[in-house]
Amino acid sequence: MLRFVLSRFGQTIAVLLMASVIIFALMRLIPGDPVLMLLGDDFSQDAYERMRAKLGLDRGLVVQYVLWLRSVLQGDLGDSILQHQRVSILVWEAFVPTLVLVVASVIVGILIALPSGIVAAMRKDSAWDYGSMGFAIFAYSMPSFWKGILLIWIFSVYFGWFPAMGYVAPWVDFGDALWKLVLPAITLGTFFSGLVARIIRSSLLEVLEADYIKAARAKGVRQAALVYRHALSNALIPVVTVIGLQFGALLGGAVLTETVFAIPGMGRLTVTAILNRDYAVVQGTILAGVFLVVLVNLAVDLTYAFLNPRIRVA
Amino acid sequence: MARQLDVGDLPIPSSVAGAEAATPGTRAALRVWWRRFARNRGAVFGLAVLVVILVLSVFAPLLAPYDPIAQGVGPALAGPSLAHWAGTDSFGRDMLSRIIYGARIALVVGVVSVVLAMLVGVTLGLAAGYYGGWLDIVVMRVMDALFAFPIIILAIAMMAVMGFGVLNVIIAVAVGFIAPFARVTRADVLAVKEEPYVEAARLAGVSGPAVIVRHVLPNVMAPIIVQAALRVSGAIITEAGLSFLGLGPPPPTPVWGSMIAEGRNFIVMAPHVSTYPGIALMIAIVGLNLLGDGLRDTLDPRLRR
Repeated sequence: MLRFVLSRFGQTIAVLLMASVIIFALMRLIPGDPVLMLLGDDFSQDAYERMRAKLGLDRGLVVQYVLWLRSVLQGDLGDSILQHQRVSILVWEAFVPTLVLVVASVIVGILIALPSGIVAAMRKDSAWDYGSMGFAIFAYSMPSFWKGILLIWIFSVYFGWFPAMGYVAPWVDFGDALWKLVLPAITLGTFFSGLVARIIRSSLLEVLEADYIKAARAKGVRQAALVYRHALSNALIPVVTVIGLQFGALLGGAVLTETVFAIPGMGRLTVTAILNRDYAVVQGTILAGVFLVVLVNLAVDLTYAFLNPRIRVA
Repeated sequence: MARQLDVGDLPIPSSVAGAEAATPGTRAALRVWWRRFARNRGAVFGLAVLVVILVLSVFAPLLAPYDPIAQGVGPALAGPSLAHWAGTDSFGRDMLSRIIYGARIALVVGVVSVVLAMLVGVTLGLAAGYYGGWLDIVVMRVMDALFAFPIIILAIAMMAVMGFGVLNVIIAVAVGFIAPFARVTRADVLAVKEEPYVEAARLAGVSGPAVIVRHVLPNVMAPIIVQAALRVSGAIITEAGLSFLGLGPPPPTPVWGSMIAEGRNFIVMAPHVSTYPGIALMIAIVGLNLLGDGLRDTLDPRLRR
């Protein structure tokens, strides 16, 4: 177990370093001279040289990367040209709403996926099975941004039940926050439920054929008790893995969902920054996104190892 | 190990699927496969959807009743009518014509970006798997890092670097799909390169690249094809997402994603502007997903229940 944990930590650091190289390289590939962008139209040759030196652009690429990495590690992501604010602060402020949305969606997704996956497995090849798996395919095939617009049209324009947009932090006003999160969380959560329901169904079907289940059945344990007490706990292990594997997709989906519901999250920050050529911000949000995905993956792998005795003991 | 995979490639047992492709030329095998495929109703539906998209794309100029970018061919924001089956948008452009032309861009971006990703990813996977050593370590660590980028976020970053336009969208989407191809290929190459026939070719003095192309590649093709089929829908969704954010092909190009985004402003008075291109997009994605699932299930005997 210790060896596994250490090697996963090593891998995580390697992946993060490589990802930082990719992001650094991407940002250097952007056409145009960043010094000219900062100085505007009117400047002297001397001012140009000073700004170039200040940004470290007069050094070699490797030196530039090392210096950049050092400041990133110290939490310094640079400054936004347009918003006159530290990028680290902007990124932090935008990440909180996005994460709130992702967590709410995971909860909604599991609430939908658990019953539909279990029913589909217990009544395999029945109308219930086809119905819930058909729903699953639709749920993850519908683009989140379109689903969001449909939900707004139906539930906030037509019925007027839920607000169409806006965001309040749950720790500021929990009721209001929940109210505004309903539609966005359903939008993203149904996508997630589609994936999870299929995994629950197939892993449950697999587990139900295992010897220990046959033994329990032979002993006279009833079907429902069999599923809930014996099969489900093992069938849920793959679900943990799916959360890890799909976290990137969830984050990406959140970026699009946010745009629909005017949630001031990471998506809006990134897209506005791209349109304004505020590249320090773009770099910051992407770096933070990748960092988060890698950390969640690490956490999921460690959880998985802990849940799975074959890895835990080794 | 668990995190080397993602949902798309979970159920492909490399050795089994690979072995089946060892005799791709035989007609009988194809016929057996087709009979299995035709029984899968979802897959057949998916195939039908693909054929419809193909026809729409190829014959768009013949099928579209109006010029997709001509403004004022009808009143602005009019609902569906006999003259405009899918209504018109805020510029008085014919929605049906725009949706038909939109299929073209969706298909081109979806297929070309996946083929591009496949070429790069498979080449990297073949080289890393076959030669091993440092090459393997370096290539696969870069792939691990690429894998950590959420696809839409990587595509957004690429668009920031390259600027807008269809070709750039294709490249941006393709980069995100390289890593899965490299991983699937490498995993299979590791198994295949230990086979006696590969060993024999190597001992007979056949050069590395020739062994790879002649003996290794044909035996790892099946899971790669399945992977490609499963990724096309992802590529189309990514393109639609970029366009929705305003980072796709520039207006007035008829793209489903930007049509949905535009309709958002008129959802109360003209809901058809957002909903119709969305329905087209959804049918395309559902169809391609079912087709991909069908290919995976039928090319992989172990999954048949």
